[in-house]
Amino acid sequence: MKNIWLERLSPWILTLVLIILWELIVKGFGIARIVMPSASESFYAIWEYRDGLLNSSLTTLYATIIGFSIAVVFGVLMGVAIGLWRPVYVTVYPLMVAFNAIPKVVVVPILVLWIGAGLQTSSVTAFILCFFPIVVNMAVGLATIEPELKDVLRALGAKERDIVIKVGIPRSLPYLFASLKIAITLAFVGAVIAETVAGAEGIGNLMLVASSNFNTPLMFAGIIVIAAMATGMYGIFAIMDSRFTGWATRGSMNFATAGG
Amino acid sequence: MAFIEIEDVDLVYRNSFGHEVSDGTLALSGANLTMERGEFIALVGPSGCGKSTLLKVVSGLIRANKGKVKVAGETVTDPLKIVGMAFQNASLLPWRSTRENVLLPLEIVEPHRQNFRLDKAHYEEMADKLLATVGLEGFGDRAPWQLSGGMQQRAQLCRALVHEPELLLLDEPFGALDAFTREELWDVLQALYNDRKCTVMLVTHDLREAVYLADTVYVMSARPGRVILDKKINMPRPRKLEDLYSRDIADLIQDLRHHINVARSDQ
Repeated sequence: MKNIWLERLSPWILTLVLIILWELIVKGFGIARIVMPSASESFYAIWEYRDGLLNSSLTTLYATIIGFSIAVVFGVLMGVAIGLWRPVYVTVYPLMVAFNAIPKVVVVPILVLWIGAGLQTSSVTAFILCFFPIVVNMAVGLATIEPELKDVLRALGAKERDIVIKVGIPRSLPYLFASLKIAITLAFVGAVIAETVAGAEGIGNLMLVASSNFNTPLMFAGIIVIAAMATGMYGIFAIMDSRFTGWATRGSMNFATAGG
Repeated sequence: MAFIEIEDVDLVYRNSFGHEVSDGTLALSGANLTMERGEFIALVGPSGCGKSTLLKVVSGLIRANKGKVKVAGETVTDPLKIVGMAFQNASLLPWRSTRENVLLPLEIVEPHRQNFRLDKAHYEEMADKLLATVGLEGFGDRAPWQLSGGMQQRAQLCRALVHEPELLLLDEPFGALDAFTREELWDVLQALYNDRKCTVMLVTHDLREAVYLADTVYVMSARPGRVILDKKINMPRPRKLEDLYSRDIADLIQDLRHHINVARSDQ
């Protein structure tokens, strides 16, 4: 019983220890505030700029969720297409890999040119960043249905649709949820990149402004807020994951168990 | 009239676009086999000789390039719907309970498919009864990963039989089990067969298994596979494991072994 609590608390304890260390090091070495504010100064900055921070982080969150939602819809559809039809896989997949290899920062100026700087730019960048992992995971889940299992169902007269519904979709859910956890944090990264590069409204832009004003405590406050938001979103998807697909972590996905 | 007629069947494997592979790997060449309704046969032969392929041809999962395949008087063109299958991997669905896994075929095969939702309680009772006959009484609610390998294979046999297929196709179902569990499951399968009298085709590497379970054992040549020998097994049913150690049976197994070794060296 005691161990379980210790395990649950340990990340919080580590966070606390790091914050205390941060405070002690900055104060102890007398580091200038403009270079590195102490923990207490950074947290105070959160309070001091609460209105601005709240507004920009909500904007960022909004852009993130829009981009992420579109990525989920299209990513799942694309993943299904790639996972089920091999011609689509061989045609589209290499291009997607190439596109995914482009550092997304360089795409933002082009987006600004096309659609201007604003919520739309941040959303599209968020979408671009998190689209790929969703597609890949969905496709993998569908493409790796055990051939024997397909044979069992086909020998019963199952149509391709039956196989997808009875086996393909449930089996790819753990893959999908695993990708959503990664995708939501990537979407945050995308939105913040767009805000920083394009100057669209949001927490990335707030950081940019803080930097030009040498307001270092505010920059650190911004980082803390972004980290907290991204972790929170990750947590939501982690909980959904274990709710819906708990069987996947307990059972073996590849059914490789045999013997006695 | 024979239940299954395979005459002069050739099969070339195709790639995923449906084109014949350029090197034209011939899996079967001139395969012949006839089976009566209710017969239990075993297919043995060197590995890679096309035993599993022959099963798939019979089930209609793949179409022969040449030759005649008839089941119950009808030429096989599409996957048959009177078939139950089991493989070396139990491939039970981990998100379903053992009972729900057994019920899977009934959600697909007509007429059960239509009645499934309404008659669920009836079907569940049926699945539980079937599970009990293979020694899995009370395991219906367990998740497949909570079962041992042998228990998973028992559950798989139930899944293969739940819709009362006329033809049971088994592709090394006991291949990955330890010797004791395997022998136990031979008797489970034998009891199911004696009870239901469906027609069974068993692919196996284990000659003792083939002889113990089958009425006729067919030996296949190395790839491209064809049937080179058939042996009637004249052991009265129900058979007992001790029977395997009689002089006649030991000689028979030795003889089969010899033929497979010859077939292997032809490769």
